Amino acid sequence: MSGMRIKDAGLIDPSKPIKFTFDGKAYSGFKGDTVASALLATGIRVFARSFKYHRPRSVWGAWSDDPNAIVDIALDGISYPNCQATTTALAEGMEVRSINAWPSAERDVKGVLDLAHRFLPAGFYYKMFMWPDWHLFEPMIRKMAGLGTLEKEVSDQFQSAILHEHCDTLIVGGGPAGLTAARVAAEAGKSVTLVDDHAELGGSLFSMAHARGLNASDWVAEQTAAIQSAGGHILTDTTAIGVYDHRMISLVTDRGLGTAPILRKMRADHVIIATGAIDRPVTFVNNDRPGIMSVDAGTEYLARYGVRVGEKIAFLTNRPDVSTNLEQLAAAGASIDIVEAATPHIQAIGTKSITGLVVGGKSISCDTVLASAGQTPLVHLWRHAGGKLAWDEDRQTFIPSAGPDWMRVIGAAAGTFDFDVAVQEATAVALKAPAPPRSIYKVTPLRPDLANKGRQWIDFQHDVTLKDVALAHRENMVSVEHLKRYTTLGMAGDQGKTSNIAGLSAMAELKGQSIPEVGTTTFRPPFVPVPLEAFRGTKRDRQMAPLKRLALEPEHRALDAAMGEYGGWLRPAWYGGDDEKTAVVRECKIAREAAAIMDSSALGAIEVIGPDARDFVNFVYYNTMSNLKPGRIRYGFMLSESGLVFDDGVMACVDDTRFIISCSSSHADAVMAHLEHWRQDSFDPKRVHIHDTTVNWSTVTIAGPKASDIVAELGVLENLRDFPHMSLRFGDFEGEEARVARVSFTGDTSFEISVRNDFAATLWRKTLEIGKKHGAGPVGAEALTVLRAEKGYILVGKDTDGETMPHDLGFGAPRLKKSAAFVGDRSLHSEKANSEARKQLVGLIVKDGEPMLPIGAHIVRNKDGKRRSLGYVTTSHYSPTLGRPIALALVEGGEHAMGEPVDLWHLGQARSAKIAASCAFDPEGARIDA
Amino acid sequence: MQQFPCPFCGLRDEREFHFAGEAGKTRPDTTKEISDADWTTYLYYCTNAKGPSREIWVHTTCQEYFVMTRDTVSMEVLSTEALNEDAA
Ligand SMILES: [Zn+2]
Repeated sequence: MSGMRIKDAGLIDPSKPIKFTFDGKAYSGFKGDTVASALLATGIRVFARSFKYHRPRSVWGAWSDDPNAIVDIALDGISYPNCQATTTALAEGMEVRSINAWPSAERDVKGVLDLAHRFLPAGFYYKMFMWPDWHLFEPMIRKMAGLGTLEKEVSDQFQSAILHEHCDTLIVGGGPAGLTAARVAAEAGKSVTLVDDHAELGGSLFSMAHARGLNASDWVAEQTAAIQSAGGHILTDTTAIGVYDHRMISLVTDRGLGTAPILRKMRADHVIIATGAIDRPVTFVNNDRPGIMSVDAGTEYLARYGVRVGEKIAFLTNRPDVSTNLEQLAAAGASIDIVEAATPHIQAIGTKSITGLVVGGKSISCDTVLASAGQTPLVHLWRHAGGKLAWDEDRQTFIPSAGPDWMRVIGAAAGTFDFDVAVQEATAVALKAPAPPRSIYKVTPLRPDLANKGRQWIDFQHDVTLKDVALAHRENMVSVEHLKRYTTLGMAGDQGKTSNIAGLSAMAELKGQSIPEVGTTTFRPPFVPVPLEAFRGTKRDRQMAPLKRLALEPEHRALDAAMGEYGGWLRPAWYGGDDEKTAVVRECKIAREAAAIMDSSALGAIEVIGPDARDFVNFVYYNTMSNLKPGRIRYGFMLSESGLVFDDGVMACVDDTRFIISCSSSHADAVMAHLEHWRQDSFDPKRVHIHDTTVNWSTVTIAGPKASDIVAELGVLENLRDFPHMSLRFGDFEGEEARVARVSFTGDTSFEISVRNDFAATLWRKTLEIGKKHGAGPVGAEALTVLRAEKGYILVGKDTDGETMPHDLGFGAPRLKKSAAFVGDRSLHSEKANSEARKQLVGLIVKDGEPMLPIGAHIVRNKDGKRRSLGYVTTSHYSPTLGRPIALALVEGGEHAMGEPVDLWHLGQARSAKIAASCAFDPEGARIDA
Repeated sequence: MQQFPCPFCGLRDEREFHFAGEAGKTRPDTTKEISDADWTTYLYYCTNAKGPSREIWVHTTCQEYFVMTRDTVSMEVLSTEALNEDAA
């Protein structure tokens, strides 16, 4: 006989049954049950199969320390992989599936792996990565490894709230010590937050109250009422998962499977850790078999859930304080045997459920073993905060020693296992007074029995045995951190809560050292697995990177524009509802034969103002800007201090104290930050100001042979006389200022007209109306990238890379001639900058009739049967204007190889092309000022 | 998560800040001759102090650069001050 429900026991509500299935069979439990307690009550023992060997596994613990009972759960059609059965609250309609088991945990076909354990020793993965060839093993390992199964039907509507909170005193853990501390602190006038990861406060009290003659629920209710009436705040179902920099403690509130948890970023002046302690497993042969649980788990299942885990129970422990556990289980009708855990040669009998123990050659019949090799305080948060640990020889465990002054540890988490002392300690610590001395608590040291034949489990979740630890030791993994990584001990989802001390103890025995000499590994958050959504909060999809929207968006949509994201802006890609190819060909034709009418509002518009503005722009530009006359515009590069091209664009001089920088639309924020850096670092910030006006203006561009006619008719300027390419004028549109810039990104005569956003729609419509008479029409971003590529105009970040300097793009003069200091100047004269082997921007022409070159194709040189890359294709289009493919590329020595043939290589395919100037259309520039 | 006191805005979450370099690094006068070694030192070499470290940070929401002295071991912020003393 295994588990069964005991009448009137536990905190469950027997009037509220809950139906669920496990591996396809129907069962029922009660409100207040976890998946594990409900399954145990039905008599089920095998919940899952182990990670590596597919050993049948049940539960070891009753809460978050359990390493074994991991299940996949479907609820309302959504799958949740890798749920801890011991902490997941049972809900109506749950379909629970055991992991790592096919067809079921009870009858697992891969269980045969257990017989092949010889072939999966410690360090297996490391060795296989090196010899003979990882790929031989990869398919098998991939198939076998991992725990739960991901299904397609996952929840995407899972959005966590992230809250920021503060209190005077945070108490983590609502057991006897935590409740006492919270009450004392709250009654002393502190703002108190008490968190506990269970739904019910009380902690270990439920399993110890029996012997104290207390009614646990009444005692908890009394403390809770006192805390709340003193203004204290209590959060149940809430786990403190970690302590981070500057005292931030993350609290995750579980709201049941299917509902996103709440993440609280709590900052408290005083933090009291009362997280309790857990039993650690005894190392003996087959100690992972179903039916072997911790002493506390056996008692907790009875006290909280009314489940007696077995009928014939053997206690296998060195703990001196288990009499209350014994009494409660005996009172529930179990027969009890007590076995001295320090006896050599202990072995469990039975596979899917134990049937007995062999202890020193003597057989004991039992259906359940409640084991403990001593209690391990849960000191994770203390360690996260930088607190130190000291080995306590009497308790055979590490307990908190020196640490931060704002954090204190009390109760079992501090090694104070006695109720009365824990309450005194909590009272003192809540008032920041020194803690009273602890009472004497002594356990017999248990060392792993190396001579015991058969497998003895150290880490249940990752299937690490004593033999694996011994192998790691033999292979000279002398540091405990090496041991951990080599065997993967403590690296599973439970992070070694139960296995750590057993592993250290095994290592100590093998090395002939004491446990403190072996040392401990690092404790890292989170204390329990947390859904990633809790950290994401509302930062998802568009909330993570909101789109920038154009004032003219409704106008574009009215013209059937296909909208696309370009550098964070939602812009018209092409118009008219056609497919992309047709639309791009049509729009290029309009642009070259009449005029393109485009929305250029996304281009950055940063104003530099002040008496030192001219010095400033001359310093941040590669090109000389000191002699730029009012009303004139100049194209230029900004460099990083290492000489690399950071951004390109035009800058207009309004007057000696005002300049307008036009930068790449995707780059305005970065350019702004770059300029602010230099302004505050190298200039008097009172004499030069920078202001990003991008979103204040809308810009309509008219570019093409008919552009002048259209702009003349628009009437924003009185006339277009003496208004050459690269100059700026101010006119008016409907009585408001209109800024007109003669700049071109298509190579044709071009006007950019900027007006206030609220005049944009009128300007756009009027331009289209006039343009229509001249054959002009709206042109989207896709056609524009073709038009600019025909001219060899670059896009920074596409036609440049992390090595490109301005002289690689054909702009070498300022490097040699500019005498004033500018950002990046000295880097342009390094050995690397002067190298002959630099990649330079060139055009590529393919033979008649050949298709476009793929972007990213490498230009290669074949030598001795080996290909060496000389560069790669950065831009490639079909040019409707030229009726042939065009391409731009960065090629080593390309500048001096005009007209030469080159070989290309792309994903196994060879191509050839001829190097040409980057400008493929109107190289004389005759059209730009036509 | 760390909290930094911006000299202009007060205590804010670290997500609002960017590191901008170690304090006390002066840009060499590039109109004069500078050796490769000196320029490389300026560009790439940092003290990377273990313990108190004087650094330049920018509060991205107000765009002001400032000097922060913090302990790189304990993560404690020791002080913050405006970059230009009369800027605040
Ligand atoms: Zn600020």
